[in-house]
Amino acid sequence: MATVTGTKKVVGLTGNSAIAYAMKQIDPDVCAAYPITPSTAIMEEFSGYYADGQVSTELIAVESEHSAMSACIGASAAGARVMTATSSQGLALMWEMLYVASGLRLPIVMAVVNRALSAPINIHCDHSDSMGARDSGWIQLYSENVQEAYDNLFQAVRIAEDKRVLTPVMVCMDGFITSHAIENLTLIDDAEVKDFIGEHEPAYSLLDTENPITVGAMTLPDAYMDIKHQQSKAIAASKDVVLEVAKEFEQRFGRSYGLMETYRLEDAEVCVVVLSSAAGTTKVAVDELRSKGKKVGLLKPRLYRPFPHEEIMEALKHCKAICVLDRADSMNGFGGPLFTDIRASLYDAPERPVVINRIFGLGGRDYTAEDAIGVYEELFKVVETGKVERLSAYLGEE
Amino acid sequence: MTKKNITFAGIIFEGGTADKYKTGGWRKLRPTLDKDKCIDCLICWVMCPDSAVIVEDGKMVGFNLEHCKGCGICAMECPDKVKAITMEEEEK
Ligand code: SF4
Ligand code: SF4
Repeated sequence: MATVTGTKKVVGLTGNSAIAYAMKQIDPDVCAAYPITPSTAIMEEFSGYYADGQVSTELIAVESEHSAMSACIGASAAGARVMTATSSQGLALMWEMLYVASGLRLPIVMAVVNRALSAPINIHCDHSDSMGARDSGWIQLYSENVQEAYDNLFQAVRIAEDKRVLTPVMVCMDGFITSHAIENLTLIDDAEVKDFIGEHEPAYSLLDTENPITVGAMTLPDAYMDIKHQQSKAIAASKDVVLEVAKEFEQRFGRSYGLMETYRLEDAEVCVVVLSSAAGTTKVAVDELRSKGKKVGLLKPRLYRPFPHEEIMEALKHCKAICVLDRADSMNGFGGPLFTDIRASLYDAPERPVVINRIFGLGGRDYTAEDAIGVYEELFKVVETGKVERLSAYLGEE
Repeated sequence: MTKKNITFAGIIFEGGTADKYKTGGWRKLRPTLDKDKCIDCLICWVMCPDSAVIVEDGKMVGFNLEHCKGCGICAMECPDKVKAITMEEEEK
């Protein structure tokens, strides 16, 4: 194993500042963005770096997020390393272009600061924005805290640009909870960032006039499905690349990442599955219940798209009862998006655990360690009685 | 169905490929030019969405019927005082 380097500089930064700083260190060729709460500060601070001549990026101020993603697509197809950031309605407005970016296999990296979708209008955290985009062909990484968001951004560049992947990546973190809270994190030196991400070698370039190409041409029933099949295989295979990149990241910088994080899960009888910052809150509850001898555990998916269903099944199959906490409702009368995925993954388990769903934290509603303890207590009741009273429900509501 | 050779992301390794896709078969109405009326203002050439107006030495000389879809924009945009283009039913 290589010696661990670049772990010396500990600073306090908000999630947005850490992302802006990571973008400065990555120094992408092109950045096109439109500000939206709570991700605004990312572009505000990045444009400061731009104004001060600290990046060589071409910064494109556009009139909407639809244009932002369109400009990113054009620049990426021209062979540039491209980044952007958005939230909520901004991501929704990018909708049709998200599919164009992934279908053209453009390795764009986007920070998504999770925020609720209208209506009713709300600026606070939930995952309805990125969950809606979960099947747009983008890889999605979810970050628990500022350090993870910072580290994930560099890994996202490597994953997206890997020749086996060539697929855009969203790095998600919780709006306000992570984007606006100052946390300690360890920065990586500029030179080490450069060395880790390497030079961008585009798969194709519209600016290569010696070798002209046509990108995004009309394809009919004899070709469309085959191109989608290529894309489907590439995103499924990206799981291995995510692990490879995480391993190299750990060797260089000492912080370990995987497809998911498990917390005191090995011998747990009951388990909570939850994404992002709420996992940190849940860990407090796990420790408290463990101190009373209760066998509780946690699973926090990091890679949500592609969905590592086999690994998740392996990690959860020994549990008796599981509650999946979704910070977004699928409005399908069944359960949230994470719930349906986790439950489907466990279908192949030799002894299927009971899997229930609670929707929580919509529009920034608080989620506390007491809430988490309540969920574990409910799971123990399910195990004791063998009965599920409510399969899916809103946490704390009748 | 016979499959084509599928390239990465469906990229075609040459430019200007729209030229090869003949859209003239979509046409129901055919533009016809009365050259005696035409003043060579080239508004039709500017406005045609399919680049199907042929201009030689600065003069409007006719239509590329392999690509003209028969939308009638050229006839509409040709100046009112002139109206040198009329749209006629294609023969069945
Ligand atoms: S009918 Fe339409 S497509 Fe044909 S030449 Fe006129 S403007 Fe162009
Ligand atoms: S718009 Fe009419 S007058 Fe002008 S060039 Fe075309 S056909 Fe001639």
